[in-house]
Amino acid sequence: MLMFVLRRLLYAVPIALGVTVVSFLLVYLAPGDPLNAIAPADAPAEVIEALKVSYGLDRPLPVRYLLWLQRAVQGDLGASIATGRPVSGEVRSAVGNTLLLAGVAAALGVLVGCLAGAVAGYHAGGPLDRLVTALSVVGVSVPHYWLGLVLTIVFSVRLGWLPAMGAGPGGSADWLWDGDHLRHLVLPALTLCVIPLGILSRTVRALVADLMQREFVLALRARGLGEAAILRHVARNAAPTVLAVAGLQLGYLMGGSILVETVFAWPGTGFLLNTAIFQRDIPLLQGVLLVLCLIFVGLNLLVDVLQPVLDPRMVRQ
Amino acid sequence: MVSNKAGQLTVNRWRRALQGLAALVLVTACSMAHGESLVRYGISMADIPLTTGQPDKGAGGYQFTGHTLYDPLVAWEANIASRPGKLIPGLATEWKPDPQDPRNWRFKLRHGVKFHDGSEFNADAVIWNLQKVLETKAPQFDAKQSAQVRPRIPSILRYRKVDDYTVEITTKEIDALFPFQLPWFLIGSPAQWEKLGHDWAKVALQPSGTGPFRLDRLVPRERAELVRNPAYWDKTRLAKVDRLVLLPIPDALTRANALLNGQVDMIETPPPDVLPQFAASGFRVVQNVTPHVWPYHFSTYPGSPWTDLRVRKAANLAIDRAAIVKLLGGLASPAKGQLDANSPWFGKPSFEIKYDLAAAKALMTQAGYSKAKPLKAKILIAQGGTGQMLSLPMNEFIQQSLAEVGIQVEFEVVELENLYLHWRNGAKADMNAGKGITAINLGYVTADPFYALTRFAYSKYVAPNGVNWGGYSNPKVDDAIDQVKATFDPKAQDRLLAFVHQQMVDDALMLWVVHDTNPHVLSPKVKQYVQAQHWFQDLTTIGL
Repeated sequence: MLMFVLRRLLYAVPIALGVTVVSFLLVYLAPGDPLNAIAPADAPAEVIEALKVSYGLDRPLPVRYLLWLQRAVQGDLGASIATGRPVSGEVRSAVGNTLLLAGVAAALGVLVGCLAGAVAGYHAGGPLDRLVTALSVVGVSVPHYWLGLVLTIVFSVRLGWLPAMGAGPGGSADWLWDGDHLRHLVLPALTLCVIPLGILSRTVRALVADLMQREFVLALRARGLGEAAILRHVARNAAPTVLAVAGLQLGYLMGGSILVETVFAWPGTGFLLNTAIFQRDIPLLQGVLLVLCLIFVGLNLLVDVLQPVLDPRMVRQ
Repeated sequence: MVSNKAGQLTVNRWRRALQGLAALVLVTACSMAHGESLVRYGISMADIPLTTGQPDKGAGGYQFTGHTLYDPLVAWEANIASRPGKLIPGLATEWKPDPQDPRNWRFKLRHGVKFHDGSEFNADAVIWNLQKVLETKAPQFDAKQSAQVRPRIPSILRYRKVDDYTVEITTKEIDALFPFQLPWFLIGSPAQWEKLGHDWAKVALQPSGTGPFRLDRLVPRERAELVRNPAYWDKTRLAKVDRLVLLPIPDALTRANALLNGQVDMIETPPPDVLPQFAASGFRVVQNVTPHVWPYHFSTYPGSPWTDLRVRKAANLAIDRAAIVKLLGGLASPAKGQLDANSPWFGKPSFEIKYDLAAAKALMTQAGYSKAKPLKAKILIAQGGTGQMLSLPMNEFIQQSLAEVGIQVEFEVVELENLYLHWRNGAKADMNAGKGITAINLGYVTADPFYALTRFAYSKYVAPNGVNWGGYSNPKVDDAIDQVKATFDPKAQDRLLAFVHQQMVDDALMLWVVHDTNPHVLSPKVKQYVQAQHWFQDLTTIGL
């Protein structure tokens, strides 16, 4: 098992290095000038040139990459061109906010998705199965942006039950686990959980329906086990796949849905990315992308390590 | 005895009740007396503009963290709605050029003004702030602030302290319009920068200016809380609310929902679709003439289809601007030139910009084009962004209108940041002329003579030396601009600027479409707000 974990960790190193190259270079493919983030549109050429020098943008790309990587491995992601604030601090607070939102959305999506999928799979072919399948197709198909707006119009504007935007009455810096703050979480989390809910319910439904047909289930029944005990065995068999899918979904959610966070003015990574993209704030963009990609790699690594715990056959393989 | 006891009990009960009531009244009265008046303002930006002294995010950023926290030497009158504002004394009480050498401007500074940190405003502070943005070797030099303001104060050559309350600024050449550059240059506290260890990142969180508000709290990308500065030197401009919370909400629908939901008390730039709902719910839409224009800026270089004046005029006559205003929910006004017709610099152009399809077709026929034999042109437009209004629907409307008179327009759509690159490089640059781009659609701020007129009309500012994008050159206009720079009488200045504008219109330098009206929506709670005819708004006028 230790060798398995070490091997997985070793695999992650070249992937992380690849991530740094892509994070750094990708942003330079977009047209536009990063100095637009700082200089007025009609800034004269000499001002632009002076800024290029002061931000090191006059150096060759490979040199810039190596300098950036050298600082990044020490935890310094540079400073935002637009605001001058350290990128690491900006990313840290945004990741914290997205983790909160994505965590709640993923928990909701995984929990409800698994339950609905299990029920549908257990009653495969029946009306409940058809209902859950239809709802999960809607879940994965409905556009986030549209759903967020509809929920806001209904629950915030028409009914006035929930806030329309923001991360609490005093902003995310004052976050507390109380009703006032949790109310701000409801609509964005509901909007965001719909896709993982749909995907998880479809995955679990297919797994359960398939497992229920297996011979070992027949054998368990023959031995006189009750339905609850059989379901426990089915769940154990389905768990590694569910874990892999749930891990991927959490990774996607951590990327922050740009649209959902913009619609709800939720100060997470999606909102930050949106700002960085439109301002061509290259250090911020590179920092956010790097951290998000590393989180994704880390989550996959975690899933890889946890899967053999649930299914020891994977280590043997 | 029993009845006496019972009576005593009743009296005690009444006494306690009265005491309780009195306490309740007292507490309520006290809380009302000390209750803080608060307005939450949903702004359209994705982040709070820089708070260190020179805000970013264009002219719009100045109203939020510029003229609230800081003051300029020469200010813009922004607390009047009924007419265009004018230059007024700020931290300088008077300014005038030296008659011997008009390049030297003497500024008499206001006495008794203190920064929010308690330090004194004087000539040293002015010099320190000029060095902060103009001298790269000065210890307080800040590249970000410099980048914001240096392009806006291009005339300054050097400066010196004359005495504790007088400074002299020398311009590169005689420039009578120089004072118009100064509302952009704001004065921060040198003492605060010293106190915070020469760290601009710390100053951003604890800025110190002389303005009518102090910054109480800043959460990047989420909020800035400004509190009233009761010691503000201009008692006519004391803030009407105790606390003003600025909340960045870049999505227009989210801003509207937040206002309808009661999470904010006022917003800027509402989506036109929601206006009927605002009206039905008792919200007030405030808008005014705003120094902004939404044009197509033509290239007049050889090879451009717009070199023919008849074609440029025909394009201007082909647009039904009233219909575009309707498309925008009434949140715009039809353009009759670069400036609003009420501007003192509008002049009397002989070419009247209006919707006249027949005249437009006739001009196109004279030029040799028709619907059957159209003139073809490629125009660079942005998909949206600050100042671009409803870019795509408006451009599609214009495309159809121009097709009616025989101008077949093809769009190249880019992001606004990319469009700026094309703009700065000029129509002649390979990235434009090489791709067949012969006009550019970019919303322009037209707040002062330089921004409205000279930067587009003076041949010395042909790109890349400036933003005379299309290479417009008219010796009469150049001569008038040279004269206005040497004319210190405001009325004579106005006459010359009006001449420049009327020439621009008569030459149909651009296809002028509409002016933005910078709409705001106020909840019924917000009773007072004066919207100036400018991008600089005075947030002290917001009141409950």
